[in-house]
Amino acid sequence: MSTQKGFEEPSYLEYKGKYKGIFSWILSTDHKRIAILYLFSLLTFFAIGATLGLLMKLELIAPGKTIMTAQTYNAFFTLHGIIMIFAVVIPGLPAVFGNFFLPIMIGAKDVAFPRLNLLSWYFYVTGVSLVLISQFTGQGPPDTGWTFYAPYSFRTTGNMLPAVFGAFVLGFSSILTGLNFLVTIHRMRAPGMTWLRMPLFPWTLYATGWVQLLATPIIGITLLMIVAERTLHIGFFDPTLGGDPLLYQHLFWTYSHPAVYIMILPAMGAISEIIPTFCHKTIFGYKFIVASSIAIAFVGYFIWGHHMFTSGMSGTALYTFSLLTFIVAIPSAVKVFNWISTMHKASIDLQTPFFWAVGFLFVFMIGGFSGLILGSLATNIHLHNTHFVVAHFHFIVFGGTGYAFFGAMHYWYPKITGKMYDSRWANTGLIIFFAGFITLYGEMFFLGMRGMPRRYYDYDEIFHTGNIFSSLGAVVMYFGLAVIIINLFSSLRNGAKAPSDPWGGKTLEWTIPSPPPVENFEEIPVVTKGPYNYK
Amino acid sequence: MILVTHRDDLTSKTGMWLFLFTEMLLFGGLFIVYSVYRYRNPVSFHLAAHDLSVAIGTINTIILLVSSTTIAMSITAIQKKNKKLALLLLGMTIVLGLAFLVNKYFEWGKHIKEHIYPGSSVLALRGHGDVLFYGLYFFMTGLHALHIIIGLVFIMVITASILRDKINSENYVLLENSGLYWHLVDLIWIFLFPLFYLIT
Repeated sequence: MSTQKGFEEPSYLEYKGKYKGIFSWILSTDHKRIAILYLFSLLTFFAIGATLGLLMKLELIAPGKTIMTAQTYNAFFTLHGIIMIFAVVIPGLPAVFGNFFLPIMIGAKDVAFPRLNLLSWYFYVTGVSLVLISQFTGQGPPDTGWTFYAPYSFRTTGNMLPAVFGAFVLGFSSILTGLNFLVTIHRMRAPGMTWLRMPLFPWTLYATGWVQLLATPIIGITLLMIVAERTLHIGFFDPTLGGDPLLYQHLFWTYSHPAVYIMILPAMGAISEIIPTFCHKTIFGYKFIVASSIAIAFVGYFIWGHHMFTSGMSGTALYTFSLLTFIVAIPSAVKVFNWISTMHKASIDLQTPFFWAVGFLFVFMIGGFSGLILGSLATNIHLHNTHFVVAHFHFIVFGGTGYAFFGAMHYWYPKITGKMYDSRWANTGLIIFFAGFITLYGEMFFLGMRGMPRRYYDYDEIFHTGNIFSSLGAVVMYFGLAVIIINLFSSLRNGAKAPSDPWGGKTLEWTIPSPPPVENFEEIPVVTKGPYNYK
Repeated sequence: MILVTHRDDLTSKTGMWLFLFTEMLLFGGLFIVYSVYRYRNPVSFHLAAHDLSVAIGTINTIILLVSSTTIAMSITAIQKKNKKLALLLLGMTIVLGLAFLVNKYFEWGKHIKEHIYPGSSVLALRGHGDVLFYGLYFFMTGLHALHIIIGLVFIMVITASILRDKINSENYVLLENSGLYWHLVDLIWIFLFPLFYLIT
């Protein structure tokens, strides 16, 4: 772009503002610096969560006690769940890439409330710290699983209060991010950037923002009720006092099911950016992808009951929730067809982000179809609370959100850092990671089908072979992750300088230098065409 | 190079409205819990409500409605550049908010003296319906009182900014936002009042 030569502004990495050193980061209200803060804290928590997961898989490598006691195992899957759900995949793409690229992609200089944005990071760090504190204080770590099911969550002697309150604070952080993005998208789009000229990543962030805003308060109040239950013995969910534990499950999943769409929608958004860029082709069915995002966010509210098919509900409720579960699969399938159609007859540039996107499609479809198996009432009775659920969940959440996160990382890395990474090592890491991933979680489908329950540190001898495969897969996957992350860090030092548009992308972030200047745009651009405008 | 700070009142009000949505849903969760337990324990909910003082509830409702009026009027006053009147009206709002809390204090005090509070063994003897009714009563009015306190702090900060002329007839969006918040607190009470005091 012609404006580039006139740029005198320092990049956001050079410009320190009024503070020095670490304070130029943790007190900065620049959306790009906040995104980096999120990225580093998120990677730290991800490393903790992944290590816990690896240790659990090592415990499961043989029946009986291998490396930890049953109680430690319970504490580990609880902490693994809380950290991975509330601190990694929910903030994941919105807090890191949303913060960094939403303003740039809609042609704005920052988000609507920059200080609120920084505050939400502080809430985030506070929340995770509370969860971590719960591990080392009181009478032992929480052992309820990340769902905090009543009545156990207020009967266990585990140190629940900090963990539950930490999750509440993390919810607050998520609400503030969603609110900020909604207002930003409504009020700060560049001139000419009509709704239907907005790229798809901001669109999914918009749908996600509504889910964050309208679903998170329900978990907030539910967690507060658990806190009140433990401290004041009110009896909301305590059957001995007239309360109903099932009501807790309903309230919990009223949030926690839409929450999976907070995780997956921005991931779909990132994939919708990567695919047209590397196909050098306008995305197929732009409007349908937009509509499907909104439809997922909307229908996603009404299907929480499918987590409770065996908990006890009326037949009508069961049929309704099952039917709605099938309906929510349709918009996701629409997206998949659109992505595949975009690749049709395209001259595809085979780069690392594109491989991640294809990997995403593969595992997302396996995860999605296994979700339909769980959504059918009859098969659900057989598979409920088995390893099949664990496999489905990890294929969708780790396979969906995780692959999209790494895809986005490799896609936007040149823009964020101003450096190119070594794509040979990036691809090697991806292949190792993918092989490990399929071995680890694929095996779990079979174990679950044969009846191996989840959340047990021990199992019957007949499941031994499968578990050996699965645990070895975990080791391979962990190694692959290390290769990927080390490569990205070493490229910070050794990478070649990145041009402003290394992939031939057409959205606004590729029109400004890499790394972006402090104010993003010297002049706010005027948008005259839709996104992905390839000839 | 200095980052220019822009002011866009509509943006800031949109943010506030969205925040109010989340507050409504926060209480919405409690309303659902209330409805479920009322449906399951109709008789004891009906009888337990007789022990609450409709008189104090009514007075508190009037107090909050009037305080909503005063804060709304203070916005008009500041628009018309009448700083003194705006301060007076905000002072009235604060006094009314405090009066609400004082009433609440006496109300709660009376119940606690009669050993009616969550976890009390006297209350437990009265059966599940009463335990749930009073559990919800203390939790919901308590959470509402917490919102009153937050609202009051917010209004006090605003009053201080008016005194220092940081909020004036040109830039009063913060006052408007605190007004919106205060109306929400009022609105939630409008639902709590019939649920606990009137449906008997």
